[in-house]
Amino acid sequence: MGKDAKLPETEEGSVLFNLDPIIVKYHYEIDYLHSYAQDSPFFAGLAKKKLLGSRCTVCGYTYATPRGHCMECGEPTAWVELPLEGKVHTYTTCHFGGEAFLKETPYTLILVEFDGIDTLFLSRIVGAEPDEVRIGMPVRARFLRNCKFRPTDVYFVPL
Amino acid sequence: MRPVYMISGGITKFAKAHPEKDFRLMVKEAFDYALADLPGLTRELIDGSVCSYFSDHFTRQLKAGAMVQDYLGLCPKPSRRIEGGGATGGLCFQAAWEAVASGRMEVCLSMGFETMSRVNTWKGNEFIALASDTNFDYPVGGFYTGYYAMMVRRHMHEFGTTVEQMAKVAVKNHRNALHNPYAQSPGELSIEDVRSSPMVATPLTILDCCQMSDGAAVAVLASEEVAQRLSSRPVRITGVGCGTDAMRMADRPRGEVILLPHESAEEYRDLTYPGVHSFRGGRMAAKLAYGMAGITDPARELDFVELHDAYTSSEIQTYEDLGLCRYGEGGSFADAGAPFLPHITYGLSFSGDDRWRRVPVNPSGGLLACGHPVGATGLMQAVFAFWQLQGAIGKHLGNDTLQIRDAGRGLIHSHAGTGTYITVSVLERSE
Repeated sequence: MGKDAKLPETEEGSVLFNLDPIIVKYHYEIDYLHSYAQDSPFFAGLAKKKLLGSRCTVCGYTYATPRGHCMECGEPTAWVELPLEGKVHTYTTCHFGGEAFLKETPYTLILVEFDGIDTLFLSRIVGAEPDEVRIGMPVRARFLRNCKFRPTDVYFVPL
Repeated sequence: MRPVYMISGGITKFAKAHPEKDFRLMVKEAFDYALADLPGLTRELIDGSVCSYFSDHFTRQLKAGAMVQDYLGLCPKPSRRIEGGGATGGLCFQAAWEAVASGRMEVCLSMGFETMSRVNTWKGNEFIALASDTNFDYPVGGFYTGYYAMMVRRHMHEFGTTVEQMAKVAVKNHRNALHNPYAQSPGELSIEDVRSSPMVATPLTILDCCQMSDGAAVAVLASEEVAQRLSSRPVRITGVGCGTDAMRMADRPRGEVILLPHESAEEYRDLTYPGVHSFRGGRMAAKLAYGMAGITDPARELDFVELHDAYTSSEIQTYEDLGLCRYGEGGSFADAGAPFLPHITYGLSFSGDDRWRRVPVNPSGGLLACGHPVGATGLMQAVFAFWQLQGAIGKHLGNDTLQIRDAGRGLIHSHAGTGTYITVSVLERSE
């Protein structure tokens, strides 16, 4: 038993913004071991400059953004290669955004529609000024040479 | 299921930041207001609670609901958390309804809060965007205003909706809020003000968007026996409905319109639905709530609506989902002045189109002007609707400008994601 026991003092302090009420800086960050799980082949496809969608093995409904099971009937889907050309279904230019993307503003988001595919694909368009983008505009997929295994490995340019 | 009534409600002032109060104290203030408003309602009479808050990231605290429960002195009674993005508050209200309707509780407290000021706005945008698919949507530049901008761009393409029609919604809701002391950002705006404010995501400017807020709200729900014993003016909840849609809006199907009783398939023969221009989950929620409440023509049978106007565009889209007008007519409905209060001067000229009965929408000021502390928002709507139906707006707001004369039936609508969870509840004055 040591009645004179002491915790060691440290040089660390707190970042203080205000005294009444007391407002201090609190830092928090985390690294995940994130698995793409059953969607992994899509990201592997990006490295091979392919866009992979999902087609229902029973009802044939075809998704531009992959999913392992069909939203319409619940049956398993199979991988299907999407065309690399499509059309702008809708678009917006973001002048503001979440912290992670602020440095990239302004950037233009599009939903791409493909012939014969039932759903859409979210991506970015480059090579067109914001006021040049139109609904129905033909676009073509391009891929980063060095794959990051993120959905931004693919983007679209005007055709 | 047995009848359920709302017997009291309370709300804090919504503000950009309340650093002097944590979430427990904000809920406590709203709770004490609700208790004080109904003599005879005591803490002892409350059988349990449901607690709504959206993001653990904002709170920097997991299981925050348990801390509210103990702060309010409700331990060891039952409680649980309800979470569903922007619809968290509406889902919480319906969870309390379920607790009473099922007979599990005689009196259930629904309580909600959010403390969004604890991070910077851009970090808050990031937290909110994490409520979109984090594999496929968020990394592309995930930003909710961007998602809504793409949806309304398509609405404009399909139906000819204009940015000026959207701006009128901002003018309406900010001007209504001038008479609501609980509101965060009341204001006298013009269409020009809205259009010339900073662009966030084309075509939505910052005045087309709601702000982040700190705030709390509570609604106390009770059985008929308790409601009649304690209250001379209980408000009956006559319909509840909830709908959903795919998390990724890219996955939205293109099929047939879910019809309300006053509509026919013929009139939507050429419309692909819902696409990204309409909220199928909102239509489903409305259909279920109307079915339970016995409503067959909502525009004729509702006296007011408090709906989830996170964006001016989504208010217009929601007019259509709720059947206040037909799909495609939302912009014209606003142009005609149908959702405006009759006795307030807005500085706008209306089209004179008389196809629609006037149904005031967001007389409180809605999310655009009241603010959107997510977990509290759906309950805020319940509280304002409750006061409207009690004829008590003057008592609670300090002036009765926003009181709708003889309001007998109102609707509240809570909405998450890009339309992923949506609730509709119908409240009625009981004679």
